[in-house]
Amino acid sequence: MDGTENNILIHKTFHIEGGNFQNAGLISDQVKKILKEAGLPKKVIRRTSIATFEAEMNVICYAQRGNLSLFITPNFLKVVVEDEGHGIPDINLAMSDGYSTADEKIREWGFGAGMGLPNIRRNTDEMVLTSKFREGTHLEFIIYLDRQENMLPFE
Amino acid sequence: MTLKEVKETTNAEVISGDHDLKKEIKCAFAAELLSDVLALSQEGALLITGFTHPQVVYAADAANLCAILFVRGRWPNEATQQLAIQKKIPLLSTSYMMFETCGLLYEYGLKTCALKTENGRDGK
Amino acid sequence: MTVADIVKNFGLQTRAGRERLLEEVTGGYASDLLSDVIAHSRKGNIWITIQTHPNIVAVATMKELAGIILAGGREPDADTIQKAEEEEIPILISPLFTFELVGKLYQIGISGMSPC
Repeated sequence: MDGTENNILIHKTFHIEGGNFQNAGLISDQVKKILKEAGLPKKVIRRTSIATFEAEMNVICYAQRGNLSLFITPNFLKVVVEDEGHGIPDINLAMSDGYSTADEKIREWGFGAGMGLPNIRRNTDEMVLTSKFREGTHLEFIIYLDRQENMLPFE
Repeated sequence: MTLKEVKETTNAEVISGDHDLKKEIKCAFAAELLSDVLALSQEGALLITGFTHPQVVYAADAANLCAILFVRGRWPNEATQQLAIQKKIPLLSTSYMMFETCGLLYEYGLKTCALKTENGRDGK
Repeated sequence: MTVADIVKNFGLQTRAGRERLLEEVTGGYASDLLSDVIAHSRKGNIWITIQTHPNIVAVATMKELAGIILAGGREPDADTIQKAEEEEIPILISPLFTFELVGKLYQIGISGMSPC
C-alpha cells in the first residue's frame, strides 16, 4: 500500500527483551547510527530517534518481548514494532497526554510519565497503533524524507 | 551562558567534556522522567537531572541536547560516562539539590527550554 | 510564607487540600524520583514534580510536606485528587516547567536545602 516492499534500500530487524531496563536505548541508538550512515537529514534523524526510543521503551516497560524493524526507501522510512504482551485495552486513552499505566519499577527507571505514545505521534508523519488485549501491540510509523519540514534546520 | 558559567554558578565538577566548556547554553530543562527529555527539542539545551543511568545519555543524544548537569551530588557510573564521551555530551555534577540548582541558574539569567508541543502532526 | 501566599503569588490553581493552604512552607524540593523525595525532603517543604499518580500523596503524607505543585500544566489523576482530599494534602498546578517554576519560587525567597 505504501510501496515499502518495492523500494527497500535498507531493512534491519532488532529484538527487544521485555523488562530489560539495562538495555533500554540500545536499539534506538543503533537505528540512529544507521540513519546517520545513510546520510539522512538531521531533523529526520532526531524525530526517528525520539519515536524509536519511546517505542523501544514501551516494549521494555509493558511487553514480554518485541521486534523492531526499520525500513528505508527513497521517499520515507518506516519503523514497525510488534510485541507480545498484555496489549492496550483502550488505545484512545493510551494516546492521551499524561495517561500512564506505569508501575514503580518503570518510574524508577525514569519512564511512565504518560508521554510516550503522544510523543511518537508528534515526531512522526503517519502512525498506526493496533492492539489485541492480552496478546500484544503492533505499532507502525512513517517519516517522510522529502517533506519540507523534515528538511528544515532545528529551531 | 556558557557551560563554564554553569559550572561556576553551581560549583559543579566536570565529569567529562572539559574541553567543551565554552559551549553556549541557550536554555535549561529539569527532567527526571526520560519521556520529558525526549520531548525537548532545543539545541543548546542543558538537561538538569538526578537520573544517572546510561538511558539519560541515550535520551539526551536522541533529543540532541547540549550537556547534562547532575544534581544532588549524583555521579554517573562508568557505562554512562563512556557513553557520554562517545556521544560528545559533556557531563557535570553539582552537590546542590535540584531546587537550588534551578534557582541559581534562573537567577543568573538562564531561560527555560520550550517543549515541542505543536499539534501539526494530528489529522493526516 | 504559606502555601496560600504561593498560590496567590503565582496564580496557581488548587485541585485538592484547600483546607491546608495556611501551612507554613519551610523550603522547596524538586524531584520526580519518589525514592529521592522520601530520602531528602523535609517536613513543610513544597514539592515540585510532574508525577501525577496517587503515590505522590502517600509520599507527601509520609514526609509531612506542605503541598505539591504539579509543573508543566500536568493534571493530577482522579485517584490522586481523591487521596489528596482524604489526606488533606494541597495539590496545586502551574503551567510553568520545573526549571522556571523553581527559578521563580527561589526568587521570592523559597530556598532549597544545603548541598549534600
